[in-house]
Amino acid sequence: MIIDVNVYLSRWPFRRLPHDTPDSLVRKLRFHGVEQAWAGSFDGLLHKDIANVNSRLVADCKQHGEGLLVPVGAVNPTLPDWQDDLRRCHEVHQMRAIRIHPNYHGYSLDSALCDELFQAAQDRRLIVQLVLAMEDVRVQHPLMRVAVVDTAPLAALVNKFPRLPLVIMNNSAAVRTGQASELAKVGNTFFELSHFESVGGLENWVKEVPVERILFGSYFPFFNLEAALLKFQESQLGGFATTTIQAGNAKDLVFDLHSQESP
Amino acid sequence: MQSTDRRSFLSTSAAGVVGCVVGAGNSNLAAVADDAPLANAPFRTSEHDAIWDLHCHFSGVTGDTVEQRAAKLLEYADRMYVQRLIFFMGWPWSYTPEPAEFRRQNDQVLGVLQRWPDRLLGFAYLNASFPDESLAEIERCIQNGPMVGVKLWVGRRCNTEDVDPLIRRCGELNALVFQHTYLKITGNLPGESTPQDLAELAARNSKVPLICGHCGADWTLGIRAVRQFPNVSVGISGSDPTAGFVEMAVRELGAERVLYGSDIGGRSFASQLAKVYGADITDAQRTLILGGNLRRMLKPIMDSKGMQQ
Ligand SMILES: [Zn+2]
Repeated sequence: MIIDVNVYLSRWPFRRLPHDTPDSLVRKLRFHGVEQAWAGSFDGLLHKDIANVNSRLVADCKQHGEGLLVPVGAVNPTLPDWQDDLRRCHEVHQMRAIRIHPNYHGYSLDSALCDELFQAAQDRRLIVQLVLAMEDVRVQHPLMRVAVVDTAPLAALVNKFPRLPLVIMNNSAAVRTGQASELAKVGNTFFELSHFESVGGLENWVKEVPVERILFGSYFPFFNLEAALLKFQESQLGGFATTTIQAGNAKDLVFDLHSQESP
Repeated sequence: MQSTDRRSFLSTSAAGVVGCVVGAGNSNLAAVADDAPLANAPFRTSEHDAIWDLHCHFSGVTGDTVEQRAAKLLEYADRMYVQRLIFFMGWPWSYTPEPAEFRRQNDQVLGVLQRWPDRLLGFAYLNASFPDESLAEIERCIQNGPMVGVKLWVGRRCNTEDVDPLIRRCGELNALVFQHTYLKITGNLPGESTPQDLAELAARNSKVPLICGHCGADWTLGIRAVRQFPNVSVGISGSDPTAGFVEMAVRELGAERVLYGSDIGGRSFASQLAKVYGADITDAQRTLILGGNLRRMLKPIMDSKGMQQ
Protein backbone atom coordinates (compact mmCIF):
# COMPACT_ATOMS: atom_id res chain seq x y z
CA MET A 1 0.00 0.00 0.00
CA ILE A 2 1.16 3.49 -0.82
CA ILE A 3 -0.01 6.90 0.39
CA ASP A 4 1.06 9.57 -2.08
CA VAL A 5 1.08 12.98 -0.35
CA ASN A 6 1.83 14.99 -3.49
CA VAL A 7 -0.72 14.85 -6.27
CA TYR A 8 -2.44 17.67 -8.18
CA LEU A 9 -5.82 17.87 -9.87
CA SER A 10 -7.06 20.27 -12.56
CA ARG A 11 -4.82 21.75 -15.25
CA TRP A 12 -1.19 22.84 -15.27
CA PRO A 13 -1.47 26.30 -16.86
CA PHE A 14 1.24 25.87 -19.53
CA ARG A 15 0.54 22.53 -21.19
CA ARG A 16 -1.73 19.55 -20.92
CA LEU A 17 -0.26 16.73 -18.87
CA PRO A 18 -0.95 13.05 -19.51
CA HIS A 19 -3.45 11.84 -16.85
CA ASP A 20 -4.64 15.33 -15.92
CA THR A 21 -8.26 14.23 -15.72
CA PRO A 22 -9.37 12.77 -12.38
CA ASP A 23 -10.48 9.42 -13.81
CA SER A 24 -7.25 8.82 -15.66
CA LEU A 25 -5.20 10.01 -12.70
CA VAL A 26 -6.99 7.69 -10.31
CA ARG A 27 -6.71 4.75 -12.68
CA LYS A 28 -2.96 5.12 -12.93
CA LEU A 29 -2.45 5.68 -9.21
CA ARG A 30 -4.48 2.60 -8.40
CA PHE A 31 -2.71 0.50 -11.01
CA HIS A 32 0.59 1.26 -9.28
CA GLY A 33 -0.61 0.48 -5.77
CA VAL A 34 -1.39 3.97 -4.52
CA GLU A 35 -4.41 3.62 -2.24
CA GLN A 36 -4.56 7.17 -0.98
CA ALA A 37 -3.43 10.37 -2.68
CA TRP A 38 -3.38 13.80 -1.07
CA ALA A 39 -4.51 16.05 -3.88
CA GLY A 40 -4.12 19.78 -4.26
CA SER A 41 -5.25 21.80 -7.25
CA PHE A 42 -3.14 23.48 -9.90
CA ASP A 43 -5.84 26.17 -9.82
CA GLY A 44 -4.59 27.14 -6.39
CA LEU A 45 -1.50 28.68 -7.97
CA LEU A 46 -3.08 31.53 -9.93
CA HIS A 47 -6.79 31.68 -9.21
CA LYS A 48 -7.98 34.38 -6.80
CA ASP A 49 -11.32 32.75 -6.05
CA ILE A 50 -9.62 30.19 -3.84
CA ALA A 51 -12.83 29.24 -2.05
CA ASN A 52 -14.23 28.00 -5.33
CA VAL A 53 -10.98 26.23 -6.21
CA ASN A 54 -11.24 24.30 -2.96
CA SER A 55 -14.92 23.49 -3.42
CA ARG A 56 -14.26 22.10 -6.87
CA LEU A 57 -11.32 20.12 -5.54
CA VAL A 58 -13.48 18.57 -2.83
CA ALA A 59 -16.20 17.74 -5.37
CA ASP A 60 -13.66 16.10 -7.69
CA CYS A 61 -12.22 14.04 -4.86
CA LYS A 62 -15.72 12.88 -3.86
CA GLN A 63 -16.77 12.09 -7.39
CA HIS A 64 -13.69 10.16 -8.49
CA GLY A 65 -11.64 7.38 -6.98
CA GLU A 66 -14.02 6.12 -4.26
CA GLY A 67 -12.08 7.68 -1.45
CA LEU A 68 -8.62 7.37 -2.97
CA LEU A 69 -8.31 11.15 -3.38
CA VAL A 70 -7.99 13.23 -0.21
CA PRO A 71 -8.42 16.96 -0.87
CA VAL A 72 -5.73 19.33 0.35
CA GLY A 73 -6.94 22.92 0.19
CA ALA A 74 -5.10 25.93 -1.13
CA VAL A 75 -4.69 28.97 1.09
CA ASN A 76 -3.24 32.26 -0.11
CA PRO A 77 -2.66 34.64 2.83
CA THR A 78 -2.24 37.65 0.56
CA LEU A 79 -5.94 37.52 -0.38
CA PRO A 80 -8.56 39.48 1.59
CA ASP A 81 -10.21 37.34 4.26
CA TRP A 82 -8.00 34.33 3.60
CA GLN A 83 -8.80 33.29 7.14
CA ASP A 84 -12.21 32.19 5.94
CA ASP A 85 -10.65 30.01 3.24
CA LEU A 86 -8.70 28.33 5.99
CA ARG A 87 -11.80 28.01 8.16
CA ARG A 88 -13.76 26.41 5.31
CA CYS A 89 -10.93 24.00 4.58
CA HIS A 90 -11.04 22.87 8.18
CA GLU A 91 -14.67 23.20 9.25
CA VAL A 92 -16.66 22.82 6.06
CA HIS A 93 -14.47 20.47 4.02
CA GLN A 94 -13.03 18.62 7.05
CA MET A 95 -9.56 18.76 5.56
CA ARG A 96 -6.50 17.60 7.47
CA ALA A 97 -4.00 19.53 5.42
CA ILE A 98 -3.51 22.68 3.40
CA ARG A 99 -1.00 23.25 0.61
CA ILE A 100 0.79 26.58 0.27
CA HIS A 101 2.79 28.14 -2.59
CA PRO A 102 4.52 31.22 -1.13
CA ASN A 103 6.51 31.89 -4.32
CA TYR A 104 3.41 31.97 -6.53
CA HIS A 105 1.51 34.05 -3.99
CA GLY A 106 4.25 36.54 -3.28
CA TYR A 107 5.17 36.29 0.39
CA SER A 108 8.29 35.08 2.13
CA LEU A 109 8.71 32.58 4.95
CA ASP A 110 9.82 35.36 7.32
CA SER A 111 6.81 37.60 6.62
CA ALA A 112 4.10 38.46 9.12
CA LEU A 113 1.57 36.90 6.76
CA CYS A 114 3.38 33.60 6.89
CA ASP A 115 3.54 33.78 10.68
CA GLU A 116 -0.20 34.40 10.88
CA LEU A 117 -0.95 31.55 8.51
CA PHE A 118 1.25 29.09 10.39
CA GLN A 119 -0.24 30.17 13.71
CA ALA A 120 -3.76 29.73 12.39
CA ALA A 121 -2.92 26.33 10.92
CA GLN A 122 -1.31 25.22 14.17
CA ASP A 123 -4.35 26.37 16.16
CA ARG A 124 -6.54 24.23 13.93
CA ARG A 125 -4.09 21.31 14.02
CA LEU A 126 -3.76 21.26 10.26
CA ILE A 127 -0.85 19.82 8.33
CA VAL A 128 0.88 22.43 6.17
CA GLN A 129 2.35 21.28 2.87
CA LEU A 130 4.95 23.83 1.81
CA VAL A 131 5.71 23.54 -1.92
CA LEU A 132 9.11 24.98 -2.76
CA ALA A 133 8.83 24.99 -6.54
CA MET A 134 6.56 23.80 -9.33
CA GLU A 135 9.07 23.53 -12.16
CA ASP A 136 12.74 23.98 -13.00
CA VAL A 137 13.23 27.77 -13.02
CA ARG A 138 15.44 27.45 -16.09
CA VAL A 139 12.60 26.34 -18.33
CA GLN A 140 9.75 28.54 -17.14
CA HIS A 141 7.50 30.56 -19.40
CA PRO A 142 9.17 33.95 -20.01
CA LEU A 143 6.12 35.80 -18.68
CA MET A 144 5.82 33.56 -15.64
CA ARG A 145 9.19 33.28 -13.97
CA VAL A 146 8.80 32.28 -10.35
CA ALA A 147 11.81 31.72 -8.11
CA VAL A 148 12.16 28.75 -5.77
CA VAL A 149 10.91 29.58 -2.25
CA ASP A 150 13.76 31.08 -0.22
CA THR A 151 14.30 28.56 2.56
CA ALA A 152 16.79 30.63 4.57
CA PRO A 153 14.07 31.63 7.10
CA LEU A 154 12.85 28.04 7.45
CA ALA A 155 14.86 27.20 10.57
CA ALA A 156 13.51 30.22 12.46
CA LEU A 157 9.99 29.44 11.29
CA VAL A 158 10.17 25.82 12.42
CA ASN A 159 11.59 26.99 15.75
CA LYS A 160 8.59 29.24 16.20
CA PHE A 161 6.06 26.50 15.35
CA PRO A 162 7.73 23.28 16.52
CA ARG A 163 4.46 21.32 16.87
CA LEU A 164 3.05 22.25 13.47
CA PRO A 165 3.29 19.27 11.08
CA LEU A 166 5.11 20.77 8.13
CA VAL A 167 5.73 18.83 4.92
CA ILE A 168 8.47 20.18 2.66
CA MET A 169 7.48 19.41 -0.93
CA ASN A 170 9.17 19.54 -4.35
CA ASN A 171 12.54 19.95 -2.70
CA SER A 172 15.25 19.58 -5.34
CA ALA A 173 18.17 20.99 -3.44
CA ALA A 174 16.78 24.01 -1.60
CA VAL A 175 16.94 22.06 1.68
CA ARG A 176 19.85 19.64 1.74
CA THR A 177 19.99 16.54 3.92
CA GLY A 178 22.16 18.17 6.60
CA GLN A 179 19.74 21.05 7.10
CA ALA A 180 16.82 18.66 6.84
CA SER A 181 18.04 16.56 9.74
CA GLU A 182 18.40 19.73 11.83
CA LEU A 183 14.84 20.77 10.95
CA ALA A 184 13.60 17.30 11.87
CA LYS A 185 15.19 17.68 15.31
CA VAL A 186 13.65 21.02 16.24
CA GLY A 187 10.29 20.71 14.55
CA ASN A 188 7.59 18.40 13.35
CA THR A 189 9.05 18.59 9.84
CA PHE A 190 8.59 16.01 7.09
CA PHE A 191 10.16 15.67 3.67
CA GLU A 192 8.38 14.41 0.58
CA LEU A 193 10.62 12.51 -1.84
CA SER A 194 9.46 13.41 -5.37
CA HIS A 195 12.46 15.63 -6.08
CA PHE A 196 15.20 13.65 -4.30
CA GLU A 197 17.87 13.37 -6.99
CA SER A 198 21.35 12.03 -7.72
CA VAL A 199 22.03 8.35 -8.05
CA GLY A 200 20.71 6.51 -4.98
CA GLY A 201 19.17 9.79 -3.81
CA LEU A 202 16.55 8.24 -1.53
CA GLU A 203 19.15 6.05 0.13
CA ASN A 204 21.24 9.13 0.89
CA TRP A 205 18.27 10.83 2.54
CA VAL A 206 17.49 7.77 4.63
CA LYS A 207 21.07 7.70 5.87
CA GLU A 208 20.94 11.27 7.12
CA VAL A 209 17.34 12.07 8.00
CA PRO A 210 15.12 10.05 10.39
CA VAL A 211 13.23 7.58 8.24
CA GLU A 212 9.92 8.44 9.89
CA ARG A 213 10.23 11.97 8.54
CA ILE A 214 10.28 10.95 4.89
CA LEU A 215 7.00 10.69 2.99
CA PHE A 216 6.15 9.18 -0.38
CA GLY A 217 5.20 11.86 -2.89
CA SER A 218 5.19 11.65 -6.65
CA TYR A 219 4.20 15.11 -7.89
CA PHE A 220 2.00 13.22 -10.34
CA PRO A 221 0.76 14.11 -12.93
CA PHE A 222 3.40 16.82 -13.46
CA PHE A 223 6.09 14.18 -12.94
CA ASN A 224 5.85 10.64 -14.21
CA LEU A 225 4.50 8.59 -11.32
CA GLU A 226 7.17 5.95 -12.00
CA ALA A 227 9.95 8.34 -10.93
CA ALA A 228 8.98 8.09 -7.27
CA LEU A 229 8.27 4.36 -7.52
CA LEU A 230 11.59 3.49 -9.12
CA LYS A 231 13.51 5.24 -6.33
CA PHE A 232 12.65 2.17 -4.23
CA GLN A 233 14.38 -0.07 -6.73
CA GLU A 234 17.45 2.13 -7.03
CA SER A 235 17.87 2.65 -3.28
CA GLN A 236 18.22 -0.39 -1.08
CA LEU A 237 16.15 0.40 1.98
CA GLY A 238 14.80 -2.85 3.36
CA GLY A 239 11.19 -3.63 4.10
CA PHE A 240 10.64 -1.47 7.15
CA ALA A 241 11.93 1.77 5.68
CA THR A 242 10.07 1.05 2.46
CA THR A 243 6.69 0.53 4.10
CA THR A 244 7.06 3.32 6.59
CA ILE A 245 8.02 5.81 3.87
CA GLN A 246 5.42 4.55 1.43
CA ALA A 247 2.52 4.69 3.87
CA GLY A 248 3.23 4.33 7.59
CA ASN A 249 4.55 7.83 8.18
CA ALA A 250 1.65 9.51 6.42
CA LYS A 251 -0.81 7.35 8.38
CA ASP A 252 0.91 8.24 11.64
CA LEU A 253 0.90 11.91 10.75
CA VAL A 254 -2.86 11.97 10.36
CA PHE A 255 -3.36 9.62 13.33
CA ASP A 256 -1.29 11.80 15.65
CA LEU A 257 -3.34 14.87 14.76
CA HIS A 258 -6.52 12.90 15.35
CA SER A 259 -5.40 11.64 18.74
CA GLN A 260 -4.48 15.19 19.77
CA GLU A 261 -8.04 16.24 19.05
CA SER A 262 -9.63 13.58 21.26
CA PRO A 263 -7.14 12.67 23.96
CA MET B 1 -7.70 5.42 12.21
CA GLN B 2 -8.04 3.35 15.39
CA SER B 3 -4.96 2.64 17.45
CA THR B 4 -5.43 -1.10 17.03
CA ASP B 5 -5.34 -0.62 13.26
CA ARG B 6 -2.18 1.29 13.67
CA ARG B 7 -0.54 -1.40 15.78
CA SER B 8 -1.49 -4.19 13.43
CA PHE B 9 -0.25 -2.12 10.53
CA LEU B 10 3.10 -1.67 12.23
CA SER B 11 3.41 -5.31 13.17
CA THR B 12 3.02 -6.39 9.59
CA SER B 13 5.38 -3.74 8.31
CA ALA B 14 8.07 -3.94 10.96
CA ALA B 15 11.18 -5.23 9.28
CA GLY B 16 14.72 -4.27 8.66
CA VAL B 17 16.47 -1.27 7.30
CA VAL B 18 20.21 -1.09 7.17
CA GLY B 19 21.92 2.17 7.90
CA CYS B 20 18.85 4.34 8.24
CA VAL B 21 18.29 6.86 10.98
CA VAL B 22 15.52 5.89 13.36
CA GLY B 23 15.22 8.35 16.12
CA ALA B 24 13.00 11.40 16.20
CA GLY B 25 10.35 10.16 18.63
CA ASN B 26 7.81 7.43 17.88
CA SER B 27 9.23 4.50 19.80
CA ASN B 28 6.87 2.07 18.05
CA LEU B 29 8.98 2.36 14.97
CA ALA B 30 12.13 1.18 16.72
CA ALA B 31 11.08 -2.48 16.72
CA VAL B 32 12.82 -3.57 13.55
CA ALA B 33 14.54 -6.68 12.30
CA ASP B 34 17.54 -6.71 10.01
CA ASP B 35 16.69 -9.42 7.53
CA ALA B 36 13.75 -7.96 5.67
CA PRO B 37 13.36 -8.59 1.98
CA LEU B 38 13.07 -5.65 -0.37
CA ALA B 39 9.32 -5.33 -0.06
CA ASN B 40 6.70 -3.14 -1.66
CA ALA B 41 8.71 -1.91 -4.59
CA PRO B 42 5.58 -1.76 -6.67
CA PHE B 43 6.97 -0.95 -10.07
CA ARG B 44 10.30 -2.25 -11.29
CA THR B 45 12.37 -2.34 -14.41
CA SER B 46 13.15 -5.79 -15.72
CA GLU B 47 16.31 -7.60 -16.72
CA HIS B 48 14.70 -8.23 -20.09
CA ASP B 49 14.46 -4.53 -20.93
CA ALA B 50 17.99 -4.35 -22.44
CA ILE B 51 18.57 -0.83 -21.18
CA TRP B 52 21.56 1.07 -22.53
CA ASP B 53 22.33 4.42 -20.91
CA LEU B 54 23.59 7.14 -23.24
CA HIS B 55 24.79 9.61 -20.64
CA CYS B 56 26.85 8.84 -17.53
CA HIS B 57 29.42 10.70 -15.43
CA PHE B 58 31.55 9.84 -12.42
CA SER B 59 29.60 12.19 -10.14
CA GLY B 60 27.07 11.63 -7.38
CA VAL B 61 29.11 8.96 -5.55
CA THR B 62 32.27 9.07 -3.49
CA GLY B 63 35.61 7.54 -4.43
CA ASP B 64 39.21 8.64 -4.81
CA THR B 65 39.51 7.27 -8.33
CA VAL B 66 37.13 7.04 -11.27
CA GLU B 67 37.42 3.25 -11.00
CA GLN B 68 36.03 3.37 -7.46
CA ARG B 69 33.29 5.70 -8.58
CA ALA B 70 32.41 3.59 -11.62
CA ALA B 71 32.21 0.50 -9.41
CA LYS B 72 29.65 2.20 -7.18
CA LEU B 73 27.66 3.51 -10.12
CA LEU B 74 27.58 0.01 -11.58
CA GLU B 75 25.98 -1.27 -8.36
CA TYR B 76 23.09 1.10 -8.91
CA ALA B 77 23.00 0.22 -12.62
CA ASP B 78 22.73 -3.47 -11.66
CA ARG B 79 19.76 -2.77 -9.41
CA MET B 80 18.00 -1.04 -12.30
CA TYR B 81 19.05 -3.66 -14.89
CA VAL B 82 20.95 -1.14 -16.97
CA GLN B 83 23.17 -3.32 -19.16
CA ARG B 84 25.54 -0.84 -20.75
CA LEU B 85 26.59 2.66 -19.75
CA ILE B 86 28.28 5.28 -21.89
CA PHE B 87 30.67 7.45 -19.90
CA PHE B 88 32.15 10.76 -20.88
CA MET B 89 34.27 13.37 -19.14
CA GLY B 90 36.47 12.56 -16.14
CA TRP B 91 36.49 13.61 -12.54
CA PRO B 92 36.65 16.40 -11.66
CA TRP B 93 35.43 17.90 -14.90
CA SER B 94 35.77 21.38 -16.33
CA TYR B 95 33.60 23.59 -18.53
CA THR B 96 36.30 24.82 -20.91
CA PRO B 97 39.14 22.30 -20.79
CA GLU B 98 42.50 22.98 -22.42
CA PRO B 99 43.72 20.05 -24.57
CA ALA B 100 45.90 18.63 -21.78
CA GLU B 101 42.87 18.66 -19.52
CA PHE B 102 40.46 16.90 -21.89
CA ARG B 103 43.19 14.34 -22.63
CA ARG B 104 43.55 13.71 -18.88
CA GLN B 105 39.79 13.23 -18.52
CA ASN B 106 39.64 10.92 -21.55
CA ASP B 107 42.48 8.87 -20.07
CA GLN B 108 40.33 8.33 -17.00
CA VAL B 109 37.49 7.05 -19.17
CA LEU B 110 39.88 4.81 -21.13
CA GLY B 111 40.94 3.33 -17.78
CA VAL B 112 37.41 2.28 -16.79
CA LEU B 113 36.67 0.96 -20.29
CA GLN B 114 39.61 -1.39 -19.91
CA ARG B 115 38.33 -2.58 -16.53
CA TRP B 116 34.70 -3.18 -17.59
CA PRO B 117 34.84 -3.77 -21.38
CA ASP B 118 31.53 -5.66 -21.42
CA ARG B 119 29.57 -3.04 -19.48
CA LEU B 120 30.99 0.37 -20.33
CA LEU B 121 31.39 2.39 -23.50
CA GLY B 122 33.10 5.75 -23.85
CA PHE B 123 32.77 8.98 -25.79
CA ALA B 124 35.80 11.28 -26.11
CA TYR B 125 35.38 14.67 -24.43
CA LEU B 126 36.41 17.47 -26.82
CA ASN B 127 36.46 21.26 -26.74
CA ALA B 128 35.53 22.93 -30.02
CA SER B 129 37.63 25.96 -29.04
CA PHE B 130 40.61 23.70 -29.89
CA PRO B 131 39.61 22.12 -33.23
CA ASP B 132 43.04 20.75 -34.16
CA GLU B 133 43.73 19.18 -30.79
CA SER B 134 40.18 17.86 -30.71
CA LEU B 135 40.67 16.25 -34.09
CA ALA B 136 43.85 14.61 -32.80
CA GLU B 137 41.91 13.37 -29.79
CA ILE B 138 39.37 11.71 -32.09
CA GLU B 139 42.25 9.82 -33.71
CA ARG B 140 43.73 8.83 -30.36
CA CYS B 141 40.54 7.76 -28.59
CA ILE B 142 38.35 6.51 -31.44
CA GLN B 143 40.38 5.64 -34.55
CA ASN B 144 43.21 4.16 -32.46
CA GLY B 145 41.28 3.54 -29.27
CA PRO B 146 38.10 1.88 -27.98
CA MET B 147 35.81 4.93 -27.83
CA VAL B 148 32.70 5.08 -30.00
CA GLY B 149 31.66 8.74 -29.99
CA VAL B 150 32.41 12.27 -28.88
CA LYS B 151 30.94 14.59 -26.28
CA LEU B 152 30.85 18.32 -26.88
CA TRP B 153 29.82 20.33 -23.85
CA VAL B 154 29.98 24.06 -23.25
CA GLY B 155 33.46 24.87 -24.56
CA ARG B 156 32.07 26.58 -27.64
CA ARG B 157 28.68 26.96 -29.31
CA CYS B 158 28.26 24.30 -31.95
CA ASN B 159 26.87 26.53 -34.70
CA THR B 160 30.43 27.61 -35.57
CA GLU B 161 31.84 26.12 -38.77
CA ASP B 162 35.04 25.35 -36.88
CA VAL B 163 33.25 22.28 -35.51
CA ASP B 164 32.54 20.86 -38.96
CA PRO B 165 35.89 19.04 -39.45
CA LEU B 166 35.28 17.21 -36.16
CA ILE B 167 31.78 16.25 -37.23
CA ARG B 168 32.96 15.08 -40.66
CA ARG B 169 35.67 12.90 -39.08
CA CYS B 170 33.12 11.37 -36.72
CA GLY B 171 30.96 10.65 -39.75
CA GLU B 172 33.83 8.80 -41.44
CA LEU B 173 34.41 6.72 -38.31
CA ASN B 174 30.68 6.13 -37.61
CA ALA B 175 31.32 7.72 -34.22
CA LEU B 176 28.29 9.27 -32.53
CA VAL B 177 28.27 12.99 -31.76
CA PHE B 178 26.68 14.02 -28.48
CA GLN B 179 26.20 17.77 -28.19
CA HIS B 180 24.93 19.17 -24.88
CA THR B 181 22.14 21.68 -25.51
CA TYR B 182 20.20 23.89 -23.13
CA LEU B 183 17.63 26.64 -23.43
CA LYS B 184 17.76 28.45 -20.13
CA ILE B 185 15.38 31.33 -19.62
CA THR B 186 17.86 32.28 -16.89
CA GLY B 187 20.64 32.55 -19.50
CA ASN B 188 22.99 30.02 -21.09
CA LEU B 189 26.72 29.86 -20.39
CA PRO B 190 28.84 31.74 -22.97
CA GLY B 191 29.83 28.59 -24.87
CA GLU B 192 26.60 26.68 -24.27
CA SER B 193 24.70 25.53 -27.36
CA THR B 194 20.97 25.68 -27.92
CA PRO B 195 19.00 23.13 -29.94
CA GLN B 196 18.75 25.85 -32.58
CA ASP B 197 22.56 25.97 -32.74
CA LEU B 198 22.58 22.22 -33.23
CA ALA B 199 19.99 22.56 -35.98
CA GLU B 200 22.43 24.83 -37.85
CA LEU B 201 25.15 22.23 -37.42
CA ALA B 202 22.77 19.49 -38.58
CA ALA B 203 21.86 21.43 -41.71
CA ARG B 204 25.54 21.68 -42.69
CA ASN B 205 26.29 18.03 -41.83
CA SER B 206 23.12 16.30 -42.89
CA LYS B 207 24.69 12.85 -43.32
CA VAL B 208 26.17 12.59 -39.82
CA PRO B 209 23.98 11.36 -36.94
CA LEU B 210 23.89 13.98 -34.17
CA ILE B 211 22.46 13.70 -30.68
CA CYS B 212 20.76 16.71 -29.13
CA GLY B 213 21.79 16.21 -25.49
CA HIS B 214 19.09 17.15 -22.92
CA CYS B 215 16.90 18.18 -25.87
CA GLY B 216 17.41 21.73 -24.67
CA ALA B 217 15.94 20.82 -21.26
CA ASP B 218 12.96 22.92 -22.34
CA TRP B 219 11.97 19.98 -24.50
CA THR B 220 8.81 21.60 -25.81
CA LEU B 221 11.13 23.96 -27.71
CA GLY B 222 14.05 21.57 -28.24
CA ILE B 223 11.92 18.99 -30.06
CA ARG B 224 10.59 21.66 -32.40
CA ALA B 225 14.06 23.08 -33.06
CA VAL B 226 15.46 19.81 -34.39
CA ARG B 227 12.27 18.37 -35.88
CA GLN B 228 13.21 19.21 -39.49
CA PHE B 229 16.56 17.41 -39.30
CA PRO B 230 16.22 13.64 -39.58
CA ASN B 231 19.91 13.14 -38.71
CA VAL B 232 19.26 14.55 -35.21
CA SER B 233 18.14 12.31 -32.34
CA VAL B 234 17.25 13.66 -28.93
CA GLY B 235 18.68 12.50 -25.61
CA ILE B 236 16.13 12.74 -22.82
CA SER B 237 18.62 12.79 -19.92
CA GLY B 238 19.36 15.30 -17.24
CA SER B 239 16.10 17.09 -16.60
CA ASP B 240 13.19 16.65 -14.22
CA PRO B 241 10.90 13.70 -15.05
CA THR B 242 8.22 16.01 -16.45
CA ALA B 243 5.43 13.95 -17.91
CA GLY B 244 4.76 14.27 -21.61
CA PHE B 245 8.37 14.71 -22.77
CA VAL B 246 8.74 11.30 -24.37
CA GLU B 247 5.19 11.32 -25.76
CA MET B 248 5.84 14.62 -27.56
CA ALA B 249 9.23 13.44 -28.83
CA VAL B 250 7.73 10.24 -30.21
CA ARG B 251 4.83 12.14 -31.76
CA GLU B 252 6.98 14.79 -33.44
CA LEU B 253 10.19 12.90 -34.24
CA GLY B 254 9.26 9.22 -34.22
CA ALA B 255 10.49 6.76 -31.59
CA GLU B 256 13.58 5.99 -33.70
CA ARG B 257 14.97 9.43 -32.87
CA VAL B 258 14.53 9.28 -29.09
CA LEU B 259 17.31 7.98 -26.83
CA TYR B 260 17.21 7.11 -23.12
CA GLY B 261 20.06 8.43 -21.01
CA SER B 262 20.27 9.43 -17.36
CA ASP B 263 23.08 11.94 -16.71
CA ILE B 264 23.97 10.05 -13.53
CA GLY B 265 25.25 10.59 -10.93
CA GLY B 266 23.82 14.15 -10.65
CA ARG B 267 20.54 12.59 -11.71
CA SER B 268 19.09 9.23 -10.74
CA PHE B 269 18.33 6.26 -12.96
CA ALA B 270 14.88 6.29 -11.34
CA SER B 271 13.81 9.74 -12.46
CA GLN B 272 15.21 9.41 -15.96
CA LEU B 273 13.96 5.88 -16.66
CA ALA B 274 10.54 7.01 -15.45
CA LYS B 275 10.30 9.33 -18.44
CA VAL B 276 10.32 6.24 -20.67
CA TYR B 277 8.40 3.79 -18.49
CA GLY B 278 5.80 6.41 -17.60
CA ALA B 279 5.15 7.51 -21.17
CA ASP B 280 2.00 6.48 -23.00
CA ILE B 281 3.78 4.77 -25.89
CA THR B 282 3.82 1.24 -27.29
CA ASP B 283 6.11 -1.48 -25.98
CA ALA B 284 7.95 -1.50 -29.30
CA GLN B 285 8.61 2.22 -29.02
CA ARG B 286 9.77 1.80 -25.42
CA THR B 287 12.22 -0.91 -26.46
CA LEU B 288 13.72 1.36 -29.10
CA ILE B 289 14.13 4.27 -26.70
CA LEU B 290 15.58 2.23 -23.82
CA GLY B 291 18.39 0.82 -25.97
CA GLY B 292 17.31 -0.41 -29.39
CA ASN B 293 18.07 2.88 -31.12
CA LEU B 294 21.45 3.22 -29.47
CA ARG B 295 22.42 -0.32 -30.43
CA ARG B 296 21.38 0.36 -34.03
CA MET B 297 23.33 3.63 -34.16
CA LEU B 298 26.43 2.10 -32.55
CA LYS B 299 26.42 -1.13 -34.52
CA PRO B 300 28.65 0.03 -37.41
CA ILE B 301 31.42 1.37 -35.20
CA MET B 302 31.18 -1.48 -32.71
CA ASP B 303 31.32 -4.01 -35.54
CA SER B 304 34.38 -2.29 -36.99
CA LYS B 305 36.09 -2.60 -33.62
CA GLY B 306 35.00 -6.19 -33.14
CA MET B 307 32.91 -5.25 -30.10
CA GLN B 308 29.95 -7.43 -29.17
CA GLN B 309 26.56 -5.93 -28.49
ZN1 LIG C 1 26.05 15.31 -18.61
